[in-house]
Amino acid sequence: MKNRHPVIGGYVLPGLPHPLLVPEANPGWSRLRQGFEQVRAEIAESDADLLLIYSTMWPSVVGHQIQADPEPEWVHVDELFHDLGSIPYKFRMDADFAADYCRQCRDRGLQARTVAYKGFPIDTGSVVALKLINPDNRIPATIVSSNVYADRAETVVLAKSAVAALERSGKKAIAIVISTLSNRLHQEWIKPEEDQVHSLKDQEWNAKILDFLKAGRLEDTAQLSRQIHREARVHKVVNFKPFWWLASVMGEHNLYTGTVFGYEAVFGTGSAVIGLRRATRAARDLEFDEESPERYIGDRNVLGPSSDSMSGWSSQVQVASQPPGEA
Amino acid sequence: MKKGCIVAGVLAPHPPHLVYAENPPQNEPRAECGWENLRWGYERLRKNLENIDFDTLVVLSPHWQTYVGTHFLGVERFSSVSVDPIFPNLFRYHYDLTVDVSLAETMERHAREAGLVTRMMRNPDFRVDYGTIVSCHLTRPAWDKPIVSISSHRSTHYFSPDVMLASSLKLGHATREAIEASGKRVVLLASNSLSHRHFTTEAEVPEDMSREHIYHHGQYLWDMKVIELMKAGKTRELVELVPDFTEQTVAETDSGALTWMLSALDFPSYPAEVHAYGTVIGTGNAVVEWAHEAHLVSGGAA
Repeated sequence: MKNRHPVIGGYVLPGLPHPLLVPEANPGWSRLRQGFEQVRAEIAESDADLLLIYSTMWPSVVGHQIQADPEPEWVHVDELFHDLGSIPYKFRMDADFAADYCRQCRDRGLQARTVAYKGFPIDTGSVVALKLINPDNRIPATIVSSNVYADRAETVVLAKSAVAALERSGKKAIAIVISTLSNRLHQEWIKPEEDQVHSLKDQEWNAKILDFLKAGRLEDTAQLSRQIHREARVHKVVNFKPFWWLASVMGEHNLYTGTVFGYEAVFGTGSAVIGLRRATRAARDLEFDEESPERYIGDRNVLGPSSDSMSGWSSQVQVASQPPGEA
Repeated sequence: MKKGCIVAGVLAPHPPHLVYAENPPQNEPRAECGWENLRWGYERLRKNLENIDFDTLVVLSPHWQTYVGTHFLGVERFSSVSVDPIFPNLFRYHYDLTVDVSLAETMERHAREAGLVTRMMRNPDFRVDYGTIVSCHLTRPAWDKPIVSISSHRSTHYFSPDVMLASSLKLGHATREAIEASGKRVVLLASNSLSHRHFTTEAEVPEDMSREHIYHHGQYLWDMKVIELMKAGKTRELVELVPDFTEQTVAETDSGALTWMLSALDFPSYPAEVHAYGTVIGTGNAVVEWAHEAHLVSGGAA
């Protein structure tokens, strides 16, 4: 049996500033704020040493960048929703971990660097998340950028580099991706009470993603990334990557219990607060691509065995030696 | 009131590398040299502008990215530090600038009345984007003129390059009308590169020019085609090519900046002055001037 996985839980968090700055303006934004607060409570009860963040709202070009300023401090204003107000912040980053994360990236062939500059512009999504889920900076964080040119292979290796750094450090982390589901914004100014998901198509794709994640099917969601990119995303970057990173950093399987703490429209986007905890076995009898994500042991007959007979396969069994329900 | 006018339009790309290589006191990092072709091109531009009397620099920046409408800076003064989120090792620039708020408001009103979605940016804590700062610094390092900064409404990504083209043409027309109504003499800056595929690695010494070249020959051919049209005064033909150019070379014309400026200049048919072409981390960049007022006064066609 492997040692306990260093990533003890994961979250998907939306990055627009409305739940932080004006939750009272729309009941949906207020419910999302409550979702963030539930996540905050869960994290406070965990024994995590680190918040490991991948933000789709921090684009990079030269490889990946990792925030390594121990105490970044600024007054942030969103470039689009500047009228909602300013966000003063002071965070606590794990600079030592960031340095090793960067080393692990380089050892695996990635271009990466740490950034620790006074006034470096931390992205809105990371600022919103850290303000809401870790307001007292009890747990240090690290943030990695999303390279606009990166595709699946680079993103998966980026995540594996994070796991390697965690294993070296002995730290337990909670993995967080900052991303909306569908990301189309309304194209005209709306009143807060008029907010809704931009289109029925976006709504349907968001519902699919939520169904998958509620069933704990993180790897399956990751496998859908290219399709999600085509169907529900504005094409700012080459692909929709956050679930590749999250699945890779948590373990490429479907052995999770998913909780949707909130799903609402924020200026047209599908914004969801989702939690993923490790489960002892997959929630459903699904056609996994492999018996083991770690070792090739031959083709499998997906029509043959029952879920009972699959229970011994490593793709169906929790990778950590921890009791059921433990995060 | 005397009718305002656009005295010049400039394609004024904003790679922070150029400011880095200049070593101005405002920028924290220090360089040995680098990207001289482009920097010397900006020198020639500045020399030309010394002979032109103008009131305000108006810049449309690809790095103030707004997915809902076109935004205009609407606070009289900004003073802060701009750290490039992509190249923080090269650009940490302390700026102190003034905004021509009345002109910005006039532009916003004309754009809104033309049917565009707009917003004035009134938050005093707002950090001015580095595209605006780099283009303005390289054009006028003394910072002795107020600016108007216009955001890039990301229609290319949200819809298509053709939609971006249509809205940029409309914004350019509204900009010209607003400038004429203001009575001011204005220099326009389109703050965009041409082809815009970057290398994703960086030399240990960023100014190591042995590493600098175009990302791909196809990008270069497209850049030359575009520059040839500028030199020939064929700006309407150029604008028609912008959607294809944008798609084929991931060009920073996706921002709408170049199209906006050519529309505001009413599609000059006189030759532009190309001060420089060069690459920055694989992207194609040109410093190009349309000495608009001079050509109008001399009877040249606009």
